[in-house]
Amino acid sequence: MKKTDSEFRSGPIPGVFATVALGLFFFVPFAIMLTFSFYHKIPGGLYEPAFEVDNYLRFISPFFTQILLISTGLCSLASILALFIGFILTYFMSRMNKRGRTLWLILLVSLLSLSEVIIGFSWSILFSRTAGIGGWMYTLGLLDAPRAFAPGFGALLTALTFICVPFIVLVMFPPLTRLPKEWVESARMLGATPLRAVITVVVPSVRPALIAAFILAFIYSLGSYVLPIMLGKPRHWTISVHITDQALYQANIPFASALSVFLIVTALSLIALISKLQNRFT
Amino acid sequence: MTKKKLGLQSKSRRTILSALAATTGSAAIGFPMLSLGQNQSLRVGAYGGYFKDSFDKFIFPVFTEETGIVVDSIAEPTGQAWLAQLNAAAAAGSAPADVSMIAQSPMLKGQKTELWMPLDESKLPNLKYLMSNFVHRYPDGRLDGVGAVAWYTTLVTNTDVYPDAPESWDELWNPENKGRLGLLALVSNSFLLEIASKTFYGSTDLLDSEAGQLQALEKVAELKPNVALWYRDEAQFEQALKSGEIPMGQYYHDVAGLAAADGFPVRSTFTKEGGVSDSGLWAVSRASKKIEESHIFMNFMCRPDIQTLLSRMVGTAPTVPRDLLDLTDDEFAAVSSSSEPIIPRYDIYDQRGDWLAQKWSEMIVA
Repeated sequence: MKKTDSEFRSGPIPGVFATVALGLFFFVPFAIMLTFSFYHKIPGGLYEPAFEVDNYLRFISPFFTQILLISTGLCSLASILALFIGFILTYFMSRMNKRGRTLWLILLVSLLSLSEVIIGFSWSILFSRTAGIGGWMYTLGLLDAPRAFAPGFGALLTALTFICVPFIVLVMFPPLTRLPKEWVESARMLGATPLRAVITVVVPSVRPALIAAFILAFIYSLGSYVLPIMLGKPRHWTISVHITDQALYQANIPFASALSVFLIVTALSLIALISKLQNRFT
Repeated sequence: MTKKKLGLQSKSRRTILSALAATTGSAAIGFPMLSLGQNQSLRVGAYGGYFKDSFDKFIFPVFTEETGIVVDSIAEPTGQAWLAQLNAAAAAGSAPADVSMIAQSPMLKGQKTELWMPLDESKLPNLKYLMSNFVHRYPDGRLDGVGAVAWYTTLVTNTDVYPDAPESWDELWNPENKGRLGLLALVSNSFLLEIASKTFYGSTDLLDSEAGQLQALEKVAELKPNVALWYRDEAQFEQALKSGEIPMGQYYHDVAGLAAADGFPVRSTFTKEGGVSDSGLWAVSRASKKIEESHIFMNFMCRPDIQTLLSRMVGTAPTVPRDLLDLTDDEFAAVSSSSEPIIPRYDIYDQRGDWLAQKWSEMIVA
């Protein structure tokens, strides 16, 4: 953050552009959503302009608390796993020659071009009883009977982790490749094992990037709608699924807006909390 | 008739305009003016994907050939999103489509804001052919919709896993089917409350009262252990049904029939309680300016020979009685059934939609 400030502070244009872009693509839609969230839902109809907090009061209930906990819990877990896998992957990429790095980067970026639907379908087949690991494990004698692993928590967590890994790599790649190789070598010469060198030298030097990567993955997975409905059981449906149900199937735009505002506020608070903790420890 | 009259009025002016448009390349500016004179046109919203494609291919060309009215078809999203768009546009005085295919519950929702233009029955002589459940009215009796497409949701099974066809919807509750079902995920599209009421309590009258609705919800909760997948999107379940991954569930009769015709081990059964009959209606946005054309279109769609064509080519259940249709027994059985259907209780979703949806979510998420 601070580095980009000094790099870009070359004139008023970048600042103006950033303000306009943020206003146009975030604050304006957010303001519209906020307005709608106070509208009145006509029973059996659509909505009418009003100012009432009923839509917010409605999700102060065990049901929506549970959904929020499941959504944030599931997405945090997926982001942590993705961070772990992505970090290791990027670390090894950073030690490859240029050609190897480029190939890996192309592979990971091309994963981003796959739609969530395709990714969801692929994982649901891989976790199926008839054509996936549930059947293979039975054939190998590891299971007494073929079974399906999707829909289920494991399947959903795997797919969410999968879609987050490329983002982690994209964020971690620049700092890890820029990290002087001598630092790790010095640690090794002083007697540290490779693992210890990574944990005590590499991780602390790229900690801000790690946190940024985690936040990006977390926000991205929180918005996922297709994967939870394809790979999760109803109790794993995230808040995004419930927002879609309200907006598209119940035509309850005010309540869907209220849920969305709540989701954004929750996500922003979590980010603020993480940044605050980060500042305290550095 | 009107088309010809309009066509003759300003021929020379139109020709000049047309030449101008062609030479200057300003077709984009010229076209709207032209379309007012030469061709009458109508923007028709149909569910995007299969329905729109089939209508574009088999139905709209016939209509254009007969009437000269060019159909500009618009892919509309299913669910309630289109209703919200039409409503917002009508408030601003515009209509993204003149005539739209609208499901039953958005139809009722649209009535609350007078979104639907009241229709002139004298301009719809073919209305007399329709079965009564395909004629939709405002509470005060004004006509606002005519049957567009109808379809059945039935009990489907994979024939490799179930050699014998099930006879009753109660198979969904059979403990032997643990983890084997694919059911629709929402209270307002699965109609499982209606299915449970008809199967276990004789009729959907059970749903008249809140106590009855809760009783039906409890009954549906009993089948939860049997459900492998609560689906929103057809494709999700169809694949699993064909492969036998999820060998039983509720699905669309016509699509299951198409899969079976393609050689997949899939069967659709009208159980003794009946299939669930759901439908969409044609309705006109009050902001539409194409009142005349809309009536001509809707009158056309009510004709028995067009309903025959629809059943044969698009696979929808007819909106007119069987005896008016020129369909063979097999063709009729592929899209419909003469057994008494389970008709969804659209009224309860209208009156208590939010409450039912909330109870339903709590039930399946728990």
